[in-house]
Amino acid sequence: MAATAVRQGVGAAASGRRFRPWGVANYLLMCVLLVLFAYPFWDVLVLSFTTPENAVHIGLRLVAFPLTVDAYKRIFISDTILIGYYNTLLRTVVGTAILIAVTYCGAYAISKKGLPFRRTITLFFLFTLFFDGGLIATYLNMRWLGLLGSRWALILPLATSAWYLVITRNFLLTVPGELEDSAFIDGAGTIRTVFSVIAPVCAPVLAVLALWSAVGHWNAWFDALLYVSDRDKLVLQLVLRRILTGGPSDIGDLNIQMFQGTMLETVKAATIVVTIGPIILLYPFLQRYFVKGLLIGALKG
Amino acid sequence: MSTPPPGEELVHLSSVAPDAAARRTSTWPRLKRELYRYRHCYLLLLPAVVFFILFHYRPMYGALIAFKDYRMVDGIMGSPWVGMKHFEWLFGGYFFLRVLKNTLIISAYRIAFGFPAPILLALLLNAVRHLGFKKMVQSVSYLPHFMSWVILGGIVSQMLHPMHGVVNDIVALLGGERRLFLGDPRLFRGILIGTDIWQSIGWGSIVYLAAIAGIDAEQYEAAVIDGASGFAQARYITIPSIMPVIAIMFILRLSGIMSAGFDQIFNLYNSLVYEVADIIDTYVYRTGIQKYAYSQAAAVGLFKNVIGLAAVLSAHAVVRRFGDYGLW
Repeated sequence: MAATAVRQGVGAAASGRRFRPWGVANYLLMCVLLVLFAYPFWDVLVLSFTTPENAVHIGLRLVAFPLTVDAYKRIFISDTILIGYYNTLLRTVVGTAILIAVTYCGAYAISKKGLPFRRTITLFFLFTLFFDGGLIATYLNMRWLGLLGSRWALILPLATSAWYLVITRNFLLTVPGELEDSAFIDGAGTIRTVFSVIAPVCAPVLAVLALWSAVGHWNAWFDALLYVSDRDKLVLQLVLRRILTGGPSDIGDLNIQMFQGTMLETVKAATIVVTIGPIILLYPFLQRYFVKGLLIGALKG
Repeated sequence: MSTPPPGEELVHLSSVAPDAAARRTSTWPRLKRELYRYRHCYLLLLPAVVFFILFHYRPMYGALIAFKDYRMVDGIMGSPWVGMKHFEWLFGGYFFLRVLKNTLIISAYRIAFGFPAPILLALLLNAVRHLGFKKMVQSVSYLPHFMSWVILGGIVSQMLHPMHGVVNDIVALLGGERRLFLGDPRLFRGILIGTDIWQSIGWGSIVYLAAIAGIDAEQYEAAVIDGASGFAQARYITIPSIMPVIAIMFILRLSGIMSAGFDQIFNLYNSLVYEVADIIDTYVYRTGIQKYAYSQAAAVGLFKNVIGLAAVLSAHAVVRRFGDYGLW
């Protein structure tokens, strides 16, 4: 970051106050891009607050007038959205906790240079990045495990990944060995050292894993489509998907057929807003950690 | 100390020099000691190992049903072997060739247009002098990366709505005719590529921006003194400096050629555009999960995964030549 700033300072000073048409064109292009990135989200937000009569109006939707919350009232008549929220939150919290535990423990073990069969075990993990049994075998495996219809089907298959293990292991390799040695000298056992001395040091990488895992769980829908069909266990993304695909699908008492014509459009928009709301609200605070995480992941060895 | 396992001694006497033999005899007790010393580590490994066996390796074993006529009551073991029957059926059929063609075409388009896009964005962002503005563009451009294709598909359908979508409004304003964008086979792939770029360009540019930030500032100072324009600086300093990163990203991108973007297509396509949009992954889902033709669908999936494995392994072999960038 510092290097960029320095260079930009140098560049700006050197080009002086000369009028730079390409520089201006670049700013304009960036503004166009900004609109392209942001407008679709804005459009959906505005549409969700629009009256059904105005929803069919032509042109860009910049503001909702008159403003109405009817669409939101309609989607909360039924408890389907709340059930979706509950199930998504549940899988996100439990899934992330399990992921952190399994990944940290495994990564700690394969970060020990003297561990017999360390390389074999690491390759055993890594091979799964390159090859998998495919959708059908995975689905049949879930049935064989008796997980179809269970919430665990959405949590256990995401309990860790070779990629996360490697990233955590690489971080652990940078932790000085003296830390562990001094803990042993102070009389801490292995398990105690692993969990109360080394784990806190790994907080940065574990936080990154937690963020990735949480976003992954929040956005996951295909596993739920495959494995879990009970209305009580529907995740939010699937509730949204059923409303979006419209048609004759009936999600409990939230019957899609009752929204005819343009009301359907505002209801769809409101459901999208309700689904992405938490992401948009948390995004400004978490964004830089994601970028940091991406760069941690890109640095290897 | 425990005795070596039977047979060890014979090997030592016949083929190994005496001092080496002396060392080998101590291997087993030492290994046992080491295993005991690291017993806590193995305990910590246990959940991960069980996880990979149950959720990764067992499905690999299950992929054998591609060579069997899978019947649920018989299980994977009990179902009869049929050799290459399902693969012969595949290559003889119209649908498989169609989905293979679509997969490769859509992937190729994605690489041709989607790969250079973040590099271009990084170069343009780098030319923005105002740091606050640059940060804002970046933050907004990352946003779609954090949304599922269920959400993005809903937003895209909204934008392209035949009656009151903004895109059709603009088309109508320019004198064109409103159309069903997502139901038009001629436009569908273009929509896939365009919305894919919309989703991934910002996030994809981070790695290039990081590479650009690592370039030595002195090179630019020297170039400015020599009177190099912004374009010349990009052409002769920035692009050559980040070329190794571009090359690695490109090769890794190529290795994903068999995956044409299931999540995106599944949430945007419909029967009107199957002919251009049906890819291997969507076909496997419809054949296997919806029509219960498990063995046929597993054969399609296995074909995809084997080709994909070959692509990934060759990509990594190439990347390792670039230095310390490989996976291990």
